Amino acid sequence: MTEKLATNRETIPSALMIEFLETVRDVPVIRYALLAGIVSSLTYGVVGTFVVTRRIGYIAAAIAHSILGGIGAAIYFNRTYDIIWLTPMLGAIVAAIASALVIGCISLKFKEREDTIISAVWAGGMGIGLLFLHHTPGKGVNLESYLFGNILLTSKGDVIATCVLGLIVLGLVALFYHKLVAVCFDEEFVQLRDVSSRAYYLLLLVLAGICMVLLVRVAGIVLSLALIILPAATACRLARRMWIIMLIAVGLSTMYNVGGLVVSFQLDQPTGPFVVVVACVLYGLSFLLKKS
Amino acid sequence: MNAISCTDLSFGYGKVRVINDVSFEVEKGESIGIIGPNGGGKSTLLKLILGLEFPETGTLDVLGQPAGKDRRKIGYVPQAMRFDPLYPVSVLEIVLMGRLDRLGVGSYSKECRLVAEEALETVRLSDFKNRTFSELSGGERQRVMIARALACEPELLLMDEPTANIDLSAEEQFIEALASLRKDMTLVLVTHDLELVSELSDSVLCVNQHAHRHSLPLSGETIREIYSGRRRVEHDRKTRHQQGDHSVCAHD
Repeated sequence: MTEKLATNRETIPSALMIEFLETVRDVPVIRYALLAGIVSSLTYGVVGTFVVTRRIGYIAAAIAHSILGGIGAAIYFNRTYDIIWLTPMLGAIVAAIASALVIGCISLKFKEREDTIISAVWAGGMGIGLLFLHHTPGKGVNLESYLFGNILLTSKGDVIATCVLGLIVLGLVALFYHKLVAVCFDEEFVQLRDVSSRAYYLLLLVLAGICMVLLVRVAGIVLSLALIILPAATACRLARRMWIIMLIAVGLSTMYNVGGLVVSFQLDQPTGPFVVVVACVLYGLSFLLKKS
Repeated sequence: MNAISCTDLSFGYGKVRVINDVSFEVEKGESIGIIGPNGGGKSTLLKLILGLEFPETGTLDVLGQPAGKDRRKIGYVPQAMRFDPLYPVSVLEIVLMGRLDRLGVGSYSKECRLVAEEALETVRLSDFKNRTFSELSGGERQRVMIARALACEPELLLMDEPTANIDLSAEEQFIEALASLRKDMTLVLVTHDLELVSELSDSVLCVNQHAHRHSLPLSGETIREIYSGRRRVEHDRKTRHQQGDHSVCAHD
């Protein structure tokens, strides 16, 4: 009896995994979702480490919510004026970069107003998006998929865009890694070395913005913050060097994305919320492993 | 040539005048302490020298150039305690930040690493290079900050309250590290610690909106004058040590 139970425990997960892999092979949508998940994990695992250590999580959240403004505008102009190339993702990228620059520039100039600016961009972006969507002609837009994510809606175009954006983000981090680390540690000293600390701070915000765009499909606008913060925050509890934290964060992000896709596929659970709950639980458990 | 030449300098934040008609000179190779009461303009003067703020009136030349024009030969040591102690960065990485102006893209050159390691050697922290900042005591962190400034290969070294929040034994190590640098560069030390000033400086610039140069040692009368009757830092390190004052030294 005991032997039979043990055999079942081993065979059920492996059977599920084989079934999932067969689905990946046969169903393009699942393949696209898996690819987009893995590539975006690499990106937000790395950038999330900067976001957590520089403590700019709320700026990232404001950028994420403002993305709805870009998505709404893109859908509206696409349908109203037949601008086919203006996709929701392109709108999201433009909105994310614009929000990052607005928050960054104003907060650098008026430090004491940072929280007000974050709130304004956060709410203003969502308001703009909802207004555009309200006036968009044609059939209703699936707003829920943008707010809470649905990785199974990933198209081939999304995968290509994710790979291109991921390469750009990772390339920029590789080129300017030491300067980004220095700016996050001591902006004033960077400025004193005649290196533009403002430019690198803005670059960091733009990179965070692009990551939030990549996360919209996975976890949606509302939950994306959790996925850029939690893997890196968990990794920070386990390591004390930036590059090790990045590696752990990338590993955790990939595990959350792939694992979330497998489990939600098998158990018919929504991927984004499921992944976020798992990430929260693991972050909580990390407090048991090591004291801060 | 002077390391710092300041003539009729005035500066304020909005309508609040912080520095008023200040003139002084610091010769190359000289060590000078800048003291004065809180809000007297010490840190503002330091920011002006660093080129982080600019004079409203008057002129301020640093190493022969208007302040802020060329900062490559200026080393700056801020208070180590203002940094996030949990930031995940190694001692060597922090010191390498002193070579940031020589870093284009990618990694630091071998030469940069060599200079950074030499700077760590100078402050006797070579064995700590792979440790993270969070593992160090207050005094060790402050020495890392000096090493970072030395990695800039400075002709002028500016320090802002370098012994604030560090314990007494670490303070002694810190003074020892600084004393060895006096012969190689110009030192400007902003502090409340008069004993530190008397150990490391040739003279004192007392700043309280205006500035007056005094030679050392300072008399009690002068100190009272500077602090407007509030002799807030006339402490004796040895007495504090005997009394068991080991404040703020624990490893975080």
